Amino acid sequence: MQVASSLSGVLKSQQVAVSLYKTAFRSATSATTASKTAPAAAPQRKEQEKSQPKSSPASSGDGKPKVAATPVAAKAVRDPKARMEKKAQDSKSFVANLFRGRAVTDQIFPFPSVLDDEQKDTLRSFVEPTNKFFEEVNDAAKNDETSKIPDHVTKGMAELGAFGLMVPQEYNGLGVNNTQYARLAEIVGGHDLAIGIFMGSHQSIGFKGIMLSGTDKQKEQYLPKLATGEHFAAFALTEPQSGSDAASIRSKAVLSPDGKHYILNGQKIWISNGGFADVFTVFAQTDVKDDDGNVKEKMTAFIVERKHGVKSGPPENKMGIKSSNTAELYFDDVKIPVENVLGGVGNGFKVAMNVLNNGRFGMAAAMAGTMRNVIKQSVAQANTRQQFGHLINNYGAIQEKLARMSMVHYVTESMAYHISGTMDDGGKDYQLEAAISKVYGSEAAWFTTDEAIQIFGGMGFMKATGLERVLRDLRIFRIFEGSNDVMRLFVALTGMQYAGGHLRELQKALKNPVGNLGLVVNEGLTRGFRKIGIRRGDPSFGDLVNPALKDSADLVSHSVGQFGETVEALLAKYRQGIVDEQFILKRVADAAIDIYAMTVSLSRATRSIKEAKNTAGYETKLVSTFCHEAAQRVSQNLGLTRSSRDVANFKAMSELAQEMCQQGGVVQEHPLGF
Amino acid sequence: MSLRVLVGVKRVVDYAVKVRVRPDHKWVVTDGVKHSMNPFDEIAVEEAVRLKEKKIVSEIVAVSCGPPQSQETLRTALAMGADKAIHVEVPAKDAELLSPIHVAGIIAKIAKDEKIDLVILGKQAIDDDSNQTGQMVAGLLNWPQATFASEIVQADGGLKVTREIDGGLEVIQVKLPAVITTDLRLNQPRYATLPNIMKAKKKPIDKKSPADLGVDTKPRLEVVSVDEPPVRQAGAKVANVEELVQKLKEAGRI
Repeated sequence: MQVASSLSGVLKSQQVAVSLYKTAFRSATSATTASKTAPAAAPQRKEQEKSQPKSSPASSGDGKPKVAATPVAAKAVRDPKARMEKKAQDSKSFVANLFRGRAVTDQIFPFPSVLDDEQKDTLRSFVEPTNKFFEEVNDAAKNDETSKIPDHVTKGMAELGAFGLMVPQEYNGLGVNNTQYARLAEIVGGHDLAIGIFMGSHQSIGFKGIMLSGTDKQKEQYLPKLATGEHFAAFALTEPQSGSDAASIRSKAVLSPDGKHYILNGQKIWISNGGFADVFTVFAQTDVKDDDGNVKEKMTAFIVERKHGVKSGPPENKMGIKSSNTAELYFDDVKIPVENVLGGVGNGFKVAMNVLNNGRFGMAAAMAGTMRNVIKQSVAQANTRQQFGHLINNYGAIQEKLARMSMVHYVTESMAYHISGTMDDGGKDYQLEAAISKVYGSEAAWFTTDEAIQIFGGMGFMKATGLERVLRDLRIFRIFEGSNDVMRLFVALTGMQYAGGHLRELQKALKNPVGNLGLVVNEGLTRGFRKIGIRRGDPSFGDLVNPALKDSADLVSHSVGQFGETVEALLAKYRQGIVDEQFILKRVADAAIDIYAMTVSLSRATRSIKEAKNTAGYETKLVSTFCHEAAQRVSQNLGLTRSSRDVANFKAMSELAQEMCQQGGVVQEHPLGF
Repeated sequence: MSLRVLVGVKRVVDYAVKVRVRPDHKWVVTDGVKHSMNPFDEIAVEEAVRLKEKKIVSEIVAVSCGPPQSQETLRTALAMGADKAIHVEVPAKDAELLSPIHVAGIIAKIAKDEKIDLVILGKQAIDDDSNQTGQMVAGLLNWPQATFASEIVQADGGLKVTREIDGGLEVIQVKLPAVITTDLRLNQPRYATLPNIMKAKKKPIDKKSPADLGVDTKPRLEVVSVDEPPVRQAGAKVANVEELVQKLKEAGRI
């Protein structure tokens, strides 16, 4: 399942995210760069500089991330015109537009219903045998115990068709769409997350690049055997020295003198399925000539076969997902035919990003499946366990846990199927939603399982109950495929980049150099923005939301307005310096996550009411309850980014951490003095 | 041998569902309840497929009588390895009044039309537990029958069938054509794999009505009432024999 991404995903996607983070930085920069270079902005320049962070990102010596700011910024300054003329892209993404204070609902209302009757029938007939397989053939506890997936399970999965779910039928796959895939990912997630990683590393990232970026010839050559499980695939990006920064990978592929091969040298770590995969999507540096004739290293994706000479190390010993294989890969003068370049020389970064973006919804779906089963277990316990003379389901302490589990599960499920539906509908603007679903789903599943263990009490801590394994397996999901910390930065910065791009456009629209951002900011936000067309005030959801949920919709409207306003103010205050304000970015991201969570749930509940589902009343109550709290969190998080007292607190935390780092641990004296 | 086999598959409320009585007390609640293939019928399909794998059987025809959703059950049979299917459609309302004699009539007619050599049915369906259809089919066709089969092997131009009977096993030899009903231990049915489900979509399902087959499905039985078993009364603990005796006296039991 998309669950997966390899363990390498741990760093791999961080790399992607951080590289995007650079991109985001670039544009956040460019908004101000434009204003700086506009001649009539001179009177304001001083003001801007004053409010800039003291140390520019490039020169800061304070241990904050130093993204490659200087060259980019310098380039923008050199060529302001090119910057200015680059048109801000219009996105249909709800989340991206949040950052402009707008509720763009095309992709989110009505809640997508993409399966036709035949697709539903097919899926329904798939669900039963898949469930049966995981209940009767596979034994997750035993796999965990032995750190191995037995051969008969692998063979059974191959027969089941589990290795080529989305591969077109002409290449031996089942040809399911994203939504159908999500439903099956749920089943796997509900039973055995390690198997989920095995399956996902194979098809969600291992050979997804071939499906998305491969030539017909590459597809014909590789997909038929991969789809049937005759061959297995893995995705290899992460390297020992290259964690969050994909651009720094050192594996290098050099074209042979006769031009027929690339000679690959390097090492990869934490590669799921690395120990046995036959086909690898490998990322390496290649020399690429740019337009000016300068040779530069750029990342290229390759399809590398084990028989080309790939060597792998022993399986890693891990906290969870034990039965999924994780290993190092070594490339020692591995000869790769030039036909095996994937997606074009120099396009490796794009290939990687595309693969990861495409797969995230599946992880949310798998997490939803995990939660569904964990919740079922918890409810069974609450319904049978007696303490103090009553079933524990009578007690508020337990009821609150169950209700919260149900709410975060509902949100995760809604996100997963909203994204898969958007993708199946042909939507392209879902990368922020996908990133959020990864963060939300992995944290919701952790929370749910942790609370389930609490409901079980001592029994929850026992291996036999099975929850401790789920908790161990789940832990990696907050780390890999882009750690949740980095994904939050990615969401906040990409959103701000988008908003910044539009600000630039609007400046241009004024056709008045005086109307640059700096001026607008200094001349008074509200008036200026209203004049140039940025929406002020809260957007309305109108008739999109069922009247039964109107109060919640109003809360979301208010949150969206608040959010847009905050982003404008932050961009105006910090400009390019915003990339270093991780304390603030985290809160911005959390607010965006909550707003998306509320909206997608409202959309789904509205559909349930419209279709007169039996559970419409339950869903209405659940969503209203969730929105009530989520709107409070949004308000609080946004407030934190703007109050000077809170910002000072962030600074204090930063200082505390720095001191700890200098002291090498706990700083204060022991209470006993020794 | 290259036998043509007919297997009967019934769509029933899934074995794992806790059934509830319908408010009108005429049947159980079926709306929105998970249904699946009668487990004994799964065994029948599996056995037919195994006989085909052993080249004893050349073609497998799956038959189901019931509402439109019975097609899902037929698709499962096709995905497990049946070659074609016949759906005798009976509206849901009438289907619950369909009794073994009707179904046996339908199966017997199709067996003749399709030049069937062997009929394999589940020994009973888990919803009404009638355990009559196979026997009636044999009677209507005047074919030999081997019920409660736990092993089927080819022998002497016919089939040698091991039957599970009270206190042991009985081995009988049947001539063909014949009717066999399956018991639990005949085999372990395979689950339909996803690629086979996709392939099954391309296999034909013929649709017929009982009238097409000249079978009268007018109810011959009337359901008077369907009720839940009485709920067991809660017990109570007594401290000693004296108290027990006293309570029993109070309850009028002794």
